[in-house]
Amino acid sequence: MSIETERGLQESVADVESPLRMRGELPRWAPWALLVGSFVVVGGVLAATGFSVPLLVVLSAVLYAVATYVLSTVVEGRRKATDRLVTIVVTSAFLVALTPLVSVVITVVGNGLARFDAEFFNSSMRGIVGEGGGGYHAIIGTLLITGLAAVMSIPIGLLTAVYLVEYGKGRLARAITFFVDVMTGIPSIVAGLFAFALFALFFGPGVRLGFAGSVALSVLMIPVVVRSTEEMLKIVPNELREAAYALGTPKWRTIVKVVIPTSIAGIASGVTLAIARVIGETAPLLIVAGLTTGVNFNPFDGRMATLPVFAYISYAAPGVPREPYLDRAWTAALVLIIIVLVLNLVARLVARLFAPKTR
Amino acid sequence: MTTTEKVPTSAAARPVVQTGDRIFAGTAKGAGILILLVLAGVAVFLIAQAVPAFLASPADLPGGQNLVAYIGPLVFGTILAAVIALVIATPLAVSVALFITHYAPRRLAQGLGYMVDLLAAVPSIVYGLWGVAVLAPATLGLSDWLNRNLGWLPFFAGPVSVTGRTMLTVGVTLAVMILPIITAVAREVFLQTPTLHEEAALALGATRWEMIRMAVLPFGRSGVISGAMLGLGRALGETMAVAIILSASGAITFNLISSDNPSTIAGNIALQFPDSTGLAVNTLIASGLVLFVITLLVNAIARYIINRRREFSGAN
Repeated sequence: MSIETERGLQESVADVESPLRMRGELPRWAPWALLVGSFVVVGGVLAATGFSVPLLVVLSAVLYAVATYVLSTVVEGRRKATDRLVTIVVTSAFLVALTPLVSVVITVVGNGLARFDAEFFNSSMRGIVGEGGGGYHAIIGTLLITGLAAVMSIPIGLLTAVYLVEYGKGRLARAITFFVDVMTGIPSIVAGLFAFALFALFFGPGVRLGFAGSVALSVLMIPVVVRSTEEMLKIVPNELREAAYALGTPKWRTIVKVVIPTSIAGIASGVTLAIARVIGETAPLLIVAGLTTGVNFNPFDGRMATLPVFAYISYAAPGVPREPYLDRAWTAALVLIIIVLVLNLVARLVARLFAPKTR
Repeated sequence: MTTTEKVPTSAAARPVVQTGDRIFAGTAKGAGILILLVLAGVAVFLIAQAVPAFLASPADLPGGQNLVAYIGPLVFGTILAAVIALVIATPLAVSVALFITHYAPRRLAQGLGYMVDLLAAVPSIVYGLWGVAVLAPATLGLSDWLNRNLGWLPFFAGPVSVTGRTMLTVGVTLAVMILPIITAVAREVFLQTPTLHEEAALALGATRWEMIRMAVLPFGRSGVISGAMLGLGRALGETMAVAIILSASGAITFNLISSDNPSTIAGNIALQFPDSTGLAVNTLIASGLVLFVITLLVNAIARYIINRRREFSGAN
């Protein structure tokens, strides 16, 4: 009732929105009560009409938002109500964004576990029709191609970052920075076409090489390495460099012995993330590395299978019966996801455990 | 150019430059120049391999018409899919970034940020498989509803696809894939909002949302725009999800829920390339060149906006 008198007072005094404190306030338990209430009401209605979990969640969220807004407008005023509404919207947006991640993980694990056995890891697809077989050849191919790409990208990326941070001034450095940024956005398929065009020049059309796949992946990987290394070198305190100079150390030794060791944890973590990014690339490898059924240890000779391409072809062009091929595709996806997640985890751990103590 | 280099006045003032220094600096500079050469090489080799398709007589090309008639629908499909993804992902990404920076408990914020980053780490092939196995069937009910209630809009005219392998599914999948990129950029700029502005707004009695609207969003606007453009660049070039999910017929249509869909440049290359020979390969590379130019422009504009903002913002 005091609420009523206050509202009457305000409206009579002025038409302007009042300070928040003049209004009443919803008790702390009110949002939770409303949330539970919404679920119960929607659940009851749905139980009568036909039940489905996604519909229950969506409709309850909508009802909760509307109920909170209305109630809060009545008790607390329009401004506070808008604030509460936005909080609900923003929070549910976050939950919506996480749904695919959870769904992807559940789907891949659920479907991939069927063939997640020893045979998958120690046999290739040579001579396999239907059941059995595995992704050994694809795992080897993925590791070799990504490894070669890393061997090419890391020195180039690292040196470029050193140039940009320690030496680069003027037009060239700005051009490199800009184009490295632009290069980050090259579609992976275009990188694949580039590698194909490059190698077709030497080996004729129809070329398929594991190494060409590495070149394509390097194009994608270099800018990521440059960016992350640059960020890490930038946060090395200038005092360290000046202390080294003051001792008469030449600049290059300062960089090699002081600057890089100080930031090595961050650099290693950035490089790991870059590897994680390219190890799952499918499109360029589909174009230039192709697919085989057997193990190929030589990236300079002929087609090489890789996990993503293996998964894609197994899914897109399965044999008869379909099930074993689809199962292998899901398991390949599961192995890929595990590799990527482990790399991400390692990167975070490296960055955290070996971070330099600058203060 | 206006560099900060000083011209040494005498030999004595010149710093001693060792051979090691010269070699090291040269190598570092060489690596930088190599990157520029690679980027130029991408353009040059694509053009070199695309030229035969430009010169060939229209009858020899796949489809039997001229190059524009072949690539045109692909460009349309590419842009349509990317725009759908952008329309879905941008508001969601801004909300997620706001949640992480301003709503989530401080202690949880970083962990939640990692979880969103993990979305970006999932390989695109996995999203493709997920899209066709989980998302496509899940959209069936929605498309049916859209067709019945909003069928007068050209987007939902139907007939509704029975497999769910539609433009709508592709758009949603792409939205999931570009969400982390936009979120990361938006989060970065929202965190840079001067704390004094935020506190000033709160001190004047603003609610949290009013503070965000008055202080955070205006400050972060250009960051959000450029993040969205980076996401657009990624969506334009995304290959495997499209190749796996979309049932493409090559029609130019705005219909999002039927099984008649325009393909995208990247998806088309992935589907056609393994079985193509001769001029067909050159034609595909020509379409790749078009994609390269489009994404290059989008990314360059995005980077330009980010860099300009960096120079003028009071954040540093």
